[in-house]
Amino acid sequence: MNRRTMGKTVLGLAGAAIALSVGLGAGMGSAFAQEKLKVGFVYVGPVSDHGYSYQHDQGRLAVEKALGDKVTTTFVENVPEGADAERVIEQLAASGHKLIFTTSFGFMNPTLKVAKRHPDVKFEHATGYKRAENVATYSGRFYEGRTVVGAIAGKMTKSNIIGYIGSYPIPEVVGGINAFTIALREQNPKAEVRVVWVNSWYDPGKEAEAAKALIDQGADIIVQHTDSPAPIQTAQERGLWSVGQSSDMTRFGPKSHLTAIVEDWNGYYVDRVKAVLDGSWKPIDTWGGISTGMVELAPYNPAIPADVVKMADQIKADIVSGKRHSFQGPVKDQSGKVVIPEGKSATDEQILKMDWYVEGVQGKVPK
Amino acid sequence: MSDLALIGPILAAMFAAATPLLFAALGELVVEKSGVLNLGVEGMMLVGAVCGFAVTVQTGSPVTGFLVAAFAGAATASLFAVLTLFLLANQVATGLALTLFGVGLSALIGQGFVGIPLEGLPKLHIPGLTDLPVVGQALFGQDIMVYLAVAAVPLVHLFLYRSRAGLVLRAVGENHTAAHALGYKVLRIRFFAVLFGGAMAGLGGAFLSMDYTPMWAENMTSGRGWIALALVVFATWKPVRAMLGAWLFGGVTILQLHVQGLGIDVPSQLLSMLPYLATVLVLVLISRDVARIRLNAPACLGKLFHPDA
Repeated sequence: MNRRTMGKTVLGLAGAAIALSVGLGAGMGSAFAQEKLKVGFVYVGPVSDHGYSYQHDQGRLAVEKALGDKVTTTFVENVPEGADAERVIEQLAASGHKLIFTTSFGFMNPTLKVAKRHPDVKFEHATGYKRAENVATYSGRFYEGRTVVGAIAGKMTKSNIIGYIGSYPIPEVVGGINAFTIALREQNPKAEVRVVWVNSWYDPGKEAEAAKALIDQGADIIVQHTDSPAPIQTAQERGLWSVGQSSDMTRFGPKSHLTAIVEDWNGYYVDRVKAVLDGSWKPIDTWGGISTGMVELAPYNPAIPADVVKMADQIKADIVSGKRHSFQGPVKDQSGKVVIPEGKSATDEQILKMDWYVEGVQGKVPK
Repeated sequence: MSDLALIGPILAAMFAAATPLLFAALGELVVEKSGVLNLGVEGMMLVGAVCGFAVTVQTGSPVTGFLVAAFAGAATASLFAVLTLFLLANQVATGLALTLFGVGLSALIGQGFVGIPLEGLPKLHIPGLTDLPVVGQALFGQDIMVYLAVAAVPLVHLFLYRSRAGLVLRAVGENHTAAHALGYKVLRIRFFAVLFGGAMAGLGGAFLSMDYTPMWAENMTSGRGWIALALVVFATWKPVRAMLGAWLFGGVTILQLHVQGLGIDVPSQLLSMLPYLATVLVLVLISRDVARIRLNAPACLGKLFHPDA
């Protein structure tokens, strides 16, 4: 029957299109010499996103550059979190990869499932909290970068209103808002932070709309914890400041981009591959900040005054030396209650579970 | 800044946010009036978005970009038209496949264009008028595509209800067998309607990638094609209502962001849900009255037609 076969062909075509966009670059590693260590990378987005997945792929390229004679790498991009992820990770494990990096929170359970079936393969899961004999976890203390950015914003704002675009109200993002606000108000006690949640990591249209709304409400600096450069374009159009996320976004708004919080996995990936090569690999948890190079700041906008740059560098140095902590007491919540007393700073557990705003943030954390 | 002063910016942002929806919804409205249901709006928007962006980057001419976007949207739609009109494939399945296809194809075309910034279109500025309080920015401070989308509303309305060609198109959508018996080329008319729908979806997508957020990102329409589809039903297949619906959708989107920024304690999820809730409500209301459905929904919507049958 004409009609039925056509319908099938069309669905087949669509299937092929998905497979194409999901599976590009997968399973190409087997042609190389066997004595080399095969390292696999699983990305949630496209390598070309110039944000989160792009930064992970920069790490993969750093591994190739540093250890290219001893390892081969494979990556799979655009892997949806969920059942598909397990299939992709399983495929990498089954095709001889001995070290596999799964780079998104939602890959946590699939990674552990596959790890159970392949005890001889080592796994590294980013931003998760479940480990096993052969599963290590790693993440960055990105809030440290937000402390530096907050201090810069405190010096640069004129309207004393900062617009903050959030993705999802998870502890990582809420903690980032708090770290930013504490540093902001240390420089400028009159400044306040207004938060808009867009409920997405990547929706340029909605991020731009959120930026416009915040600007219309008087914000003169836009900070984002979402991945698209749309807020920077919007801020540039309105002649205001912005702060980039994940990677250097200067080219989207050279006049607007103050700096960006850059995630740099290069050093970590090279170290971990080396550890597998020399047999010292252990399923540890790594949470690295500015001191490890995992968190960096993009080059400052030349329009930032020299004394502000000097202050930012000093804060960075103090964080590295341990003289300063992003959540150093006394820290008050919105009701004015002291949550972190003077002389203490937040524990890692407090940071990982943060679900309240500090003084100076408007609105409430969505439940 | 007092909260009342926000009305102007909210209105201005609302018209811009409604523009991609309006383009896509008007196109789909004409398609459905001819009796064809094309669920591939999202896919056509994405193909239009990436092609328009790519061409503008290469040539530096937004006009060429928008023309190519419309053409690319129409070309994608022609795939759907050939499959459903001439090869009699199921319209729902083909439309869904077209969306999936458009997502993949646009990502493939766009690979080399991620991370390239583009200048948006210039905004209108009429001294005096644009500076008017409250409505100045909203009415006289937009860019040309926003005005074009609004201008398309009366044009589509006049075409459908005041022209002979529109009458024939509606006849085809209401009863293709009768229209065929009268000697009208049902398939040809539907083919061109589907192409028009594709071109409008392409323009809507290109508005996003070339103007609203001048950049290309995979899947950047983020479901706006589906909202456009819902708008057509919401509008009960009437162009002017589609425009009001697009403003409502755009307005609520912008408003809920402002409510959050002001720290007003209303769950943002509830506000984002409102337009959809309104669509469901309208559906329930028009479904209560069988006569009204008969009056508004094209009777042959989604039905296959074979001239020899």
